[in-house]
Amino acid sequence: MSMHVARHWRETPERYRMEAAKCKKCGGIHFPSRLICPDCGTREFETIRLAGKGELVTYTIIRVAPTGFKDLTPYAVGIVKLDEGIQVMGQVVDCNPEQLKVGDRLVTQFRRINEEGKTGMILYGYKFVPDVGL
Amino acid sequence: MKEVAIIGIGMTDWGELWLKSLRDIAVEAALNCLDDAGVAKVDAITIGCMSGGLFNAQEHLGSLVADYLGQRFVPATRVESACASGGLAVKTAYMEVASGLAEYALAIGVEKMTDVDGNEATFALATAADQDYEAFHGITFPGLYAMMAHAHMKKYGTTLEQLSQVTVKNHDNGSMNPHAQFPCKFTLEQVMNSTMVADPMRLLHCSPITDGGAAVLLTTVEVAKKLNKPYAVITGIGHATDTIALAQRKDLVKLEVVEQAAQRALKMAGKTIKDVNFAEVHDCFTIAEIMVMEAIGLVKPGQAGPAVMDGLTALTGKFPINPSGGLKSKGHPVGATGVAQVVEAVAQLRGEAGKRQVKNARIAMTQNMGGSGGSSIIHILEARS
Repeated sequence: MSMHVARHWRETPERYRMEAAKCKKCGGIHFPSRLICPDCGTREFETIRLAGKGELVTYTIIRVAPTGFKDLTPYAVGIVKLDEGIQVMGQVVDCNPEQLKVGDRLVTQFRRINEEGKTGMILYGYKFVPDVGL
Repeated sequence: MKEVAIIGIGMTDWGELWLKSLRDIAVEAALNCLDDAGVAKVDAITIGCMSGGLFNAQEHLGSLVADYLGQRFVPATRVESACASGGLAVKTAYMEVASGLAEYALAIGVEKMTDVDGNEATFALATAADQDYEAFHGITFPGLYAMMAHAHMKKYGTTLEQLSQVTVKNHDNGSMNPHAQFPCKFTLEQVMNSTMVADPMRLLHCSPITDGGAAVLLTTVEVAKKLNKPYAVITGIGHATDTIALAQRKDLVKLEVVEQAAQRALKMAGKTIKDVNFAEVHDCFTIAEIMVMEAIGLVKPGQAGPAVMDGLTALTGKFPINPSGGLKSKGHPVGATGVAQVVEAVAQLRGEAGKRQVKNARIAMTQNMGGSGGSSIIHILEARS
């Protein structure tokens, strides 16, 4: 479904820069950012940037893809526990998905995610790749 | 609060209903229900439908359904909680009766999913996930449950065979359900070798796309007693929510939302899981049934897979699960599922389930789930005559 550009534009801090909200009271980190801390109820946060590095917690290999992702199949999507302690979902690329293992070290890279049809927006964000220490 | 009884149940056949529209399906299920109860006019209608907008380009279902059901001017409320919309419709109807606002409240669940092609249907279903941080990355619903399955297998050693036995069992049951979309049986080998959809979830671990409707009529126990026929009483309701995004759950191998809802429902009914005789649960993917068994406290964490292999949840087992065939065999018209679970539970409690009748069915649990476990609604129902 094609949306107004603002629908995606407003997610730029999270998708392009991996900005998260750190609770000023309990220190909990939230990604994407929130207006109220679900743990302590505080409404004051500072913006931090996640390093995008972490460990694969679980994953799947998508064989039947939604519209816009069909040319990528088979592709892996995983949940990664970042070193900051929070979990984030994303595609895992630049690897053989059959050889992925829980516990693999991964790092985010800025990639093209999808496009909203031939005349819609081209959407960018993060994907995970193997962390080879570059 | 008044005590609430279910005095009527009705369904349509489930499947690809090319000649029937959204309104036809809702009305047919409702009329079957009203005929079963012998009631012509109701005081309130609740409608569970996940996405008339995306599946049929039709919203404002309260007006549409009340009108075509011949109940103009009756207050009708459409409720939504993704795939748990049906369970929510039953809960909302309960609130209408328990509060005294309505004497007869009709809960209808409906979804007409084949008016759009498979891609559009997949898109509509994916709106139950976090659009900006899950669907955005190309994840699908089979994929979300596959990630839970993978984690469950890793932590507890749950096997492909155990996940597949859930399918075999539910199709065995569904083969005896005249309303089921796929009343066919499968062998363990057929399930384990079916096409991979999202590793480790294969095609025969996934519920289908279905058109269908279901309805139940609620009134006070006081009124039900005067009807001189068997009825069921809703003695417990548990409704809970959790994070919409799977990644934000603290424990990926536990459906905490189901645990919370089950504890609330059982507490309200004054029962423990040991008092319950059977359950209809939300097996949208077979891993869901496994994880629900653990979350409702039927077995310890990690023990559901072996319990399924031992026959605990078979129709002749100690705690039959999904005697109807479940979402897997009966079908999964998302908004209708939660109501149909209650329809099956009441049919069983009335002793009218035919070949798939559970023996000594006196207390039932129905568990309906939204998204990847972002919401769940559980009902405890008890037989009365």
